[in-house]
Amino acid sequence: MDALASLAHGFAVALEPTKLMFAAIGVLLGTAVGVLPGIGPALTVALLLPVTFKLDPTGSLIMFAGIYYGGMYGGSTTAILINAPGESASVATAIEGNKMAKAGRGGPALATAAIGSFVAGTIATAGLAFLAPWLVQIAVNFGPWDYFGLMVLAFVTVSATFGDSPLRGLTSLTMGLALGLIGIDKLTGQSRLTFGVPELLDGVEVTTLAVGLFAVGEALFVASRFKHDPEEVVPIRGSLWMTKEDWKRSWGPWLRGTLYGFPIGALPAGGAEIPTFLSYVTERKLSKHPEEFGQGAIEGVAGPEAANNASAAGTLVPLLTLGLPTSATAAIMLAGFQQYGLNPGPLLFAENPGLVWGLVASLFIANAMLLVLNLPLIGLWVRLLAIPQPWLYAGILVFAAMGTVAAKPSVVEIGMLFVFGFIGLLMRRWDYPIAPMVVGLILGPMAEAQLRRSLQLSLGDPMVFLENPGSATLLGIAALCLIAPFVMRNLNRFKASED
Amino acid sequence: MKLFGRVFAGLAFAGLALMAGPALAQQDIKIMAPAAPGGGWDSTARSIQQTLMQTGLAKSVQVTNVTGAGGTVGLAQFITGAKGDPNQLIVNGFVMVGAILTNKSPVTLDQVTPIARLTGEALVIVVPASSPHKTIQDLSAAVKADVAKAVWAGGSAGGTDHILAALFTKAAGAEAAKVNYVAFSGGGEALAAMLGGRVTAGISGYGEFESQIKTGKLRALAVSSPKRIEGVDVPTLKESGIDVEMVNWRAVMAPPGLTAEQRKSVTDMIEKMTKSKEWAEVLKARGWDDYFMAGDTFDAYLKSEQSRVGDILRSVGLVKS
Repeated sequence: MDALASLAHGFAVALEPTKLMFAAIGVLLGTAVGVLPGIGPALTVALLLPVTFKLDPTGSLIMFAGIYYGGMYGGSTTAILINAPGESASVATAIEGNKMAKAGRGGPALATAAIGSFVAGTIATAGLAFLAPWLVQIAVNFGPWDYFGLMVLAFVTVSATFGDSPLRGLTSLTMGLALGLIGIDKLTGQSRLTFGVPELLDGVEVTTLAVGLFAVGEALFVASRFKHDPEEVVPIRGSLWMTKEDWKRSWGPWLRGTLYGFPIGALPAGGAEIPTFLSYVTERKLSKHPEEFGQGAIEGVAGPEAANNASAAGTLVPLLTLGLPTSATAAIMLAGFQQYGLNPGPLLFAENPGLVWGLVASLFIANAMLLVLNLPLIGLWVRLLAIPQPWLYAGILVFAAMGTVAAKPSVVEIGMLFVFGFIGLLMRRWDYPIAPMVVGLILGPMAEAQLRRSLQLSLGDPMVFLENPGSATLLGIAALCLIAPFVMRNLNRFKASED
Repeated sequence: MKLFGRVFAGLAFAGLALMAGPALAQQDIKIMAPAAPGGGWDSTARSIQQTLMQTGLAKSVQVTNVTGAGGTVGLAQFITGAKGDPNQLIVNGFVMVGAILTNKSPVTLDQVTPIARLTGEALVIVVPASSPHKTIQDLSAAVKADVAKAVWAGGSAGGTDHILAALFTKAAGAEAAKVNYVAFSGGGEALAAMLGGRVTAGISGYGEFESQIKTGKLRALAVSSPKRIEGVDVPTLKESGIDVEMVNWRAVMAPPGLTAEQRKSVTDMIEKMTKSKEWAEVLKARGWDDYFMAGDTFDAYLKSEQSRVGDILRSVGLVKS
């Protein structure tokens, strides 16, 4: 009840005209930078920090939160339309989303992403308002062994992205894991596989690999077959809007995506990538149309998009209640709080209730604004696909290269982008799935760090993974997922022979 | 849409930038922050930018970010690209001294012209509220008794937190090479490990843990600075009888190849800036301590820090001699 009253007070703050204006500026900027490759919400907030120094703290924090949410919306647009995920959280969206766009269903794909983001964002923000103090206790008790369990579970589920040939899928995954080894080893500070190139010391950027493999690789592939065997792209087939069937197939994934995204986003090392992949896999398993996966299934867009927006709200849980920044944007928002002499943490709720609840209330408002802003844009976006192919793909190449250079101005980075693009072309030519390679690069380094940290904390005793209920459960589920298909198959055979 | 986005962003920035205040005109200065936006070096560079423009010491100031390898990518670019240009500056600090060694950087701080140390941040050693260690001496005794069982949490390997853990272990009378230090990326995860009581002790900048210390979730045992932090009742390591002193300082430096006059005029500009009331306000708002030091004193200090950091990184095995 207390929280409800505070939230009502928060809405009173957030509905002031100036605060509404800040929220509107935030979501507009956020959507714009989300669509532009290379400029993410973190960079935008960082650039705005010095100029907002003298503004009202509540207003600027509302704007920052708007940028954060807006960026999460915008990121899916490029992933769906041109297969260039602007951030690692949109990689899962690109897998089905771009297939849908090519089959003329770009409208429903963008719509389910936008509405799913709204649904997930709203539920997760409500979670932030009411469950934060309770959830954060669990988050803090989540140890490196538990993270490792979560990573193992995520690894097991990667196989869903393999396509027809497990061998090819594993090859792709292994290449991603190998790329993940490049850079400074986080635990000892030693450099690995950098060959004296200083730019490699920080490792391979996930977005560079994803954009290289997905967008550049595809542009090269299309170019290589343009003369002989052109692929047909249909800008619009059927309704631009979601059909009744689409709605029916989307709402389940939205809710399940939220259930993955919010709690995992609230974990200090949870991030947005793992929930999107878990959601993708779950939808694939639960779908009544499994044959559509890989050809553009709407569930595969709805789930991951809901998950990544819910995780954005989840990130705010440890930030507001403990002052723990768990993503790049959250870290810069923390700097924003500190610039006004505010220290997020247990004291903030008591010392500055107007600001905290105003911020939470404005998140609800920002979410609604984003939906209103994004739905009408869909018609415009989809028209992009009507551009003749040579022009469209030339544009995509420029867009991809520009984004990569904007994120990291270096010759090495652009070189890597095109090497990855060429690898992407070869993988397409010989039918290797590309998603597992990106997943390997994302999960590999995380899993390694958590495994070694756990062993360091347990003084080298591997039993730590089985002694802790959290990690034991997660590893158990992972083992089940691995064994279950074989058991089921044998069971079926057994039944069949009985008949 | 792309163009529209740009134009829109530009308008928004311009609108907000109107707040930036008067400028009296002189030079166009470029400051490189060799790190991503939002971190310590970046906010130092942007604070310098803001103060130089507000005080009219410079006409326009531009901040560029070059990320990578603990700042050494930016440093290399600065040394070759800005050579002999008195209007360019780079922000760096204690962290870069270590990064140059651990990354086997081809360029070093000997190749730039040191201008001034500006700010410093004390590190704090904390234990979870439930920890049996009540004082820093208790912790020291525990480290001495079994160095491997004392698990430390902090930031990246070879960074300030790790170096302090190693110096402390050495001062406690145990072997620095055996320090059991768990590196976490970003303050968040390390803090969670501490609040969850999974580690013996943790190290970080005081500001990062302030809120947790005030609410009693973490117990601050000692700070690493030479004097106590104002208004904070936590003893220094020195006064607790542990002979370790360390500040995470940040400095501004100029390119190689400046004449003596050029160096003096840059130093004068920075010194004037640090004496301004605008700078004092920045320090207060950001919670930074003034550690201004310039000229020969700073040169000597830099040399001593380089050799001290080199020794400790070799003793923990992060740098092979």
